[in-house]
Amino acid sequence: MNKLGLIISREYITRVKNKKFLLTTLLTPLGILLFILCIGFIFSYQSDKQYLVSILDQSGMQIQAPDESRRFKFELSDQNLPDLKKQYLNHKIDAVLVLPKFAGVDVKDYTAYFYSDKALDIEMEAILEKTILKRVRQEKMKLLSFQEETVSKLDTDIKIDPEPISDNVKDKSSNTGKIATLLGGLMGYIIFFIIFLYGASVMRSVTEEKVNRIVEIIISSCTSTELMLGKIIGIGLVGLTQLLIWIIIIPIVFMIGTALTGMDESQMQQVAQQGQMMNQTMDPDSILQIIQELKQINWLKIGILFLLYFLGGYFVYASMFAAIGAAVGDDVNDSQSLTIFITIPIMLAIYISFSVIREPESTLAIFASIFPLFSPIVMPSLIVFDPPFWQILSSLIVLFAFAWLIIALSGRIYRTGILMYGKKASLKEISRWLFTKQ
Amino acid sequence: MLKIRDLCKEYQDLKVVNHVSFEVRQGSICGLLGPNGAGKTSLIRMITGITRPDSGEVILDGKAIHGNGNNRIAYMPEERGLYKKMSVGEQLLYLCRLRGFDKKEAEKRVVWWMNRFEIQSWWTKKVEELSKGMSQKIQFIAAVVHDPKLIILDEPFSGLDPINSNLIRDEIIRLRNEGAAILFSTHRMEQVEELCDEIVLINKGIVLLNGEVGSVRQQFKEHLYELKCKKELPPSILDNYEISHIDHCTYKFFDPEEKKGNQILQSMIKEDIPLQSYREILPTFSEIFIKTVNQSNNE
Repeated sequence: MNKLGLIISREYITRVKNKKFLLTTLLTPLGILLFILCIGFIFSYQSDKQYLVSILDQSGMQIQAPDESRRFKFELSDQNLPDLKKQYLNHKIDAVLVLPKFAGVDVKDYTAYFYSDKALDIEMEAILEKTILKRVRQEKMKLLSFQEETVSKLDTDIKIDPEPISDNVKDKSSNTGKIATLLGGLMGYIIFFIIFLYGASVMRSVTEEKVNRIVEIIISSCTSTELMLGKIIGIGLVGLTQLLIWIIIIPIVFMIGTALTGMDESQMQQVAQQGQMMNQTMDPDSILQIIQELKQINWLKIGILFLLYFLGGYFVYASMFAAIGAAVGDDVNDSQSLTIFITIPIMLAIYISFSVIREPESTLAIFASIFPLFSPIVMPSLIVFDPPFWQILSSLIVLFAFAWLIIALSGRIYRTGILMYGKKASLKEISRWLFTKQ
Repeated sequence: MLKIRDLCKEYQDLKVVNHVSFEVRQGSICGLLGPNGAGKTSLIRMITGITRPDSGEVILDGKAIHGNGNNRIAYMPEERGLYKKMSVGEQLLYLCRLRGFDKKEAEKRVVWWMNRFEIQSWWTKKVEELSKGMSQKIQFIAAVVHDPKLIILDEPFSGLDPINSNLIRDEIIRLRNEGAAILFSTHRMEQVEELCDEIVLINKGIVLLNGEVGSVRQQFKEHLYELKCKKELPPSILDNYEISHIDHCTYKFFDPEEKKGNQILQSMIKEDIPLQSYREILPTFSEIFIKTVNQSNNE
């Protein structure tokens, strides 16, 4: 085995054999399993309590009480409000809904009053609103002499189905954009997470070697470039191993989780529906279609490009982290002020990726997908939008050329920095090292 | 064996190594001396190939050294450590294999050295469990495990107790006797006198002194002699030969022409004063070091 291979293998084996690696690798899927179990428990949770609501109908519309459900029971009451309030105080009912007089067809706003010391339940509010709206609509149609059948003919479901013009472009559904947004965001975030996690690990390792004072012994046996590259590749392989284990384990854990909680696709839809209450952007009906569409995606192409951008991005940022690790002094915490030069482009890239998945063909998207400090995070977010081949190719060429340049420059800082003990190097010193002959 | 020819290195317009030339013979120990910041570490890093000289040459066994990773050289730096979480055996194997040996050969060599230092039981111990002295032994083995032609040791005894110091010293002497050239950097002058065959003294990157230990001391001798008698010398002898008192029955005198000694001894025989010892007072390396460095700083 050559020296680079030996260094890679030491960096890899010592980390993979470490208890911390095993714990993180196995605990993350277990954490996901726990999360699924919690979600399953939350949605399968059935409260024993049924809320009783008295409806005092003064509207004149003769409203019908909504159907009784597991959680709510509604009763029309002929008592007055003070008596109903007394019943509430005696814990006989949980709330009173007063429907004031309905003033006729010109009413634009209609307010019903909900009397209770407890907060209005979000699900109950939806049921009551739906019931009153339906009754008000019927009343207005009656007053306007409209027939229900005639009015229903006015309702039309509108869908916009994207169709390609060129023969070589795949037909897309209206959900493609949603899938791409979801998947793009996820991939950008995964790359961001891996680069940051393992890049920082390279920096810590370099600093530790420097502080331990073993670095001079090692580089009397090999070159500083071999040591730096060995470290970056070894730790990168640890990252890939962890990712691979997660790719295998997480779906299994997901299946175990859904089997244990007994959640099926309709319940998953319910989860989405609950989410919709907070975010009105996604139609819950489309979740199943999205799952179907995910199966039709060209995962091989995405997988290869994801791997290439991971490698390019990792080499760029990990070598920058290595240079910083070599520039700090004996105090490991010294690195914080220098890592800001890495944190800023990475954070900018993640924000740009959130923005460009909404406008994948914008000038910002094209620039950020080629600019090598942003492209490892931005481009994976755009891959699902099928960017043109020239954009992917130029982005990859620029990224790998830049990675080569940054490795060479970081190598210059690294080879000088690792032999400087004591205090942290200033930016002026670091820039001088770039031009120092070894 | 090792020839340094006109070596120069400059950092930010400061010449840290300035036209340095010297040689270290096969089977000899050369002391590399100098005050802090004299340029010793920069010089050593160029010899090991860790850094490149701006000009000049490092020649080992007739071949110029370019770049590091030269398996004919061993280097034990002053600032040294080990991977704390690795076991002793794994660490030595890794460092030995980095020198270019396959796993089997590396294992054979590491086992041989561990047996020699009687530390076989440390194989599975983590480095963080070792004392400083124990770590020093491992670092020494790591440096010399590949049977190098040239061994460079920077303060090899720092932090060692007398027993471990002796152990390492004996190994250094054995390696010298087996033909290795040893370049030994230290601030402890008594070790220079005890171990070194020759010395190189540098300051501000310039070689101030270079030569065999004995000849360097001769070069700095002040023609002073010490005389010990079994009874006090009479004032007639003391005055006649300008002899000064050091201690009870111990005297010294200045004799640049090397004639006075015999005359004093003849006078003592006449006066029936028995002689206990007689020697030339040569300067210690500590004195030579201080004198030379101060002189260079004042120039």
